[in-house]
Amino acid sequence: MSGLLYLIPVALLLGLVGLAAFLWALKSGQFDDLDGAAHRILFDEDEDQQEERRPK
Amino acid sequence: MVSALSAAADRACAHCGQPVPPASPGGAEFCCAGCAGAHAIISDLGLDQYYARRSLDPDLRALKPDEDGPARDFGAHVAVGRDGLAALHLMVDGLHCAACVWLIEAVLSRVPGVRWARVNMSTRRLVVKWRPGEADANALVDRVTALGYRLLPFDPAQLDQAALREEKALLRSLAVAGFAAGNIMLLSISVWAGYAQDMGAATRDLLHWISALIAIPAVGYAGRPFFASAWTAVSARRMNMDVPISLAVLLALGMSLFETANGGVHVYFDSAVTLLFFLLIGRYLDRRARRRARGAAEHLLALQASAVTVIGADGVRGLRPPAGVRPGECVLVAAGERVGVDGRVSDGVSEVETGLIDGESVPRRVAPGDPVFAGMVNLGAPIRVAVTAAGEDTLLAEIVRLMEAAERGRAEYVALADRVARLYAPAVHGLALATFLAWIALMGVSWQQALLYAIAVLIVTCPCALAIAVPAVQVIASGRLFARGVLLKSATALERLAGIDTVVFDKTGTLTKGRAELADAAEIDAEDLAHAASMAATSSHPLARALVRAAPLVPVAQGVREVPGCGLAQTTAAGEVRLGRRAWCGIDALDEGVGPELWLSRPDRAPVRFAFEDALRPDAQQVVRRLRQAGYQIRLLSGDRAPVVAAAADALGIDDFRSDCRPEDKMRFLEDLVSAGRRVLMVGDGLNDAPALAAATVSVSPASAADVSQIAADAVFQGDRLAPLCELLATARRAERIVRQNLALAFGYNALTIPLAVAGLVTPLLAAVAMSASSLLVVVNAVRAGRAGER
Repeated sequence: MSGLLYLIPVALLLGLVGLAAFLWALKSGQFDDLDGAAHRILFDEDEDQQEERRPK
Repeated sequence: MVSALSAAADRACAHCGQPVPPASPGGAEFCCAGCAGAHAIISDLGLDQYYARRSLDPDLRALKPDEDGPARDFGAHVAVGRDGLAALHLMVDGLHCAACVWLIEAVLSRVPGVRWARVNMSTRRLVVKWRPGEADANALVDRVTALGYRLLPFDPAQLDQAALREEKALLRSLAVAGFAAGNIMLLSISVWAGYAQDMGAATRDLLHWISALIAIPAVGYAGRPFFASAWTAVSARRMNMDVPISLAVLLALGMSLFETANGGVHVYFDSAVTLLFFLLIGRYLDRRARRRARGAAEHLLALQASAVTVIGADGVRGLRPPAGVRPGECVLVAAGERVGVDGRVSDGVSEVETGLIDGESVPRRVAPGDPVFAGMVNLGAPIRVAVTAAGEDTLLAEIVRLMEAAERGRAEYVALADRVARLYAPAVHGLALATFLAWIALMGVSWQQALLYAIAVLIVTCPCALAIAVPAVQVIASGRLFARGVLLKSATALERLAGIDTVVFDKTGTLTKGRAELADAAEIDAEDLAHAASMAATSSHPLARALVRAAPLVPVAQGVREVPGCGLAQTTAAGEVRLGRRAWCGIDALDEGVGPELWLSRPDRAPVRFAFEDALRPDAQQVVRRLRQAGYQIRLLSGDRAPVVAAAADALGIDDFRSDCRPEDKMRFLEDLVSAGRRVLMVGDGLNDAPALAAATVSVSPASAADVSQIAADAVFQGDRLAPLCELLATARRAERIVRQNLALAFGYNALTIPLAVAGLVTPLLAAVAMSASSLLVVVNAVRAGRAGER
């Protein structure tokens, strides 16, 4: 039973990592355009200005 | 009608996919010069793959560049952001598929200086950012409009930011509740398994404490939407579904904490958090569907709005949004343009189409001194309008006053779920109290034990299934309608639609298309029609466009002059050919019709008359018949003159009609119907319908309606057909039936579990199983609302 003492915290930590990842994705706008994101992957290609086009 | 021409028109335009007319100005491959230009731009940039990748949507506007689109200064809408880049937010009309998104982004990002171009496909919005001074807003916009898309500026700050924030907060709460529910459920299953396998008390307590540690912050965070709403309701002395929900969750949490601290056997952490998780799913879906419909409705309105040409004191023309025009200024309205302001004609003689304002289907002649109102369409020559839209005596102000009066008169509709909650919450709380007292008085148990039983009653009766039962059906039904071009703007529209027994239609623009169509195409010689249409193709006058619609594939005539206020003239070897007003074409025959007309006069040939009428929507007859068969009473209420209304009513088989109605007449008629106990659906599009729309039980507008009417309406349908109306009513009835079934299921579940809870037999395991099972059952039943329905 002593295994529980570290198994439970490890399980919770992994769950929290997943939760944090989701909240981060939400905050960074990755859920704003679900339709576009699904199709965009089919068209984006290795354009040379690609790097320049990204903001910042 | 155009069979002689259609054989040559098998080829589709290489850009927009429309048929290519013979002798097209765009050459053999294109239907017009604009399409040829668009194709050249795309080829020059090496983006030819676009044509292979795209899939055109036949229901959307063809990707044909506007040759005479309204000019507009986009420079005024540019904002310089914190990153030092100039940014322009635009709405895009004409997105057919993902390849269009790719094309727009690729074209813009190849312009020097542009740093960022991104189209959001879900919201159809485009953001362009560039280094200030290196690119010009209007040039960027022109690049995209040359491809056939239409762009409109919008102010991102004016969008529904509050709703978006609420939606994101709900999603975050949902994520937290989901995380907590999953983990607590894992621990709970160990505990339940421990009942059978003699888990030690120390281990059980440890698992309880860990569950408590997860549940307390999770409930504190994810429960806020419910707690806030319940608190608002309670402090206003009202009752809503969130009150029993909040109470059950908080009591379950408190009791479980107490039990954990005292080493108790049964805790309800999993029930409390799972309950929140399920409820948040329902609420998130509901908010998202509503915001999506509202966003689409706003998009439609913005597409209609157009700039106004203001002539300054120095004679310089400038484009401004209608809201920026001040009384006393002078506005130029070109032929075929919509009047953007209220005012009086100061110069020019023309005809205006007033259908959207008063339901009149025949254009009215205006001369200097006559009033014109925003929403009218100038059919003839350009006119100058002195703006009077100030103060309280404008038409719009009066309509808005009437609308507000009508809305005040209408009793506030209480959603079904709230009506149920008003009965349900006191009953449940009374039952819990009775359980508590009965256990102490009759069974003589300690008050702590009795309290545990009473709280168990609250937990199992918590309206989890009840709170999901209604939103799940509404989300699925409104999603189905959304896909068919019907946007539900009001949350309770479906419920109100389901109870309708009378349908009142407006005529012009609702039962009819609201625009002139060639009336007697079959009687006109195809050659005459082709000749007239080839001349008409050079003009943007609405009657000329109607001619072109009747014979779309004719080549555009060369050497045609437009004579303002009269018509079109073409010089041929035999003499002058004229297409236009009766008098100008030299006809002095007796008046033989009431509708608008055009005459074609050619040397040595008998003149030909083209009569136009505001044709019924293609499926109006069918829809009215279907509605009558479904048991609705149909009435027609129009501002148009009696003979025209009677003819339309006769064609549709409507016995009960009224003509010459002013806006207040319409409103009073609706109010009388409603106060006589009828539940009335009003379908209308005009400014004059807006007060009646607000007075009806529930109201629907076509997407072509005046903006005030669209705002007043509970639902908006798109397209040229009325069939979405039948779909809307059928879906509403079906949704109502499923909601009632769902409520019955939820009550059935309670009827089973309440006796167990009162008897003190409920365990956390039983509560979890019953709650999840009933919620699932209700959701699965709701999915049926989205299936193709029987009528």
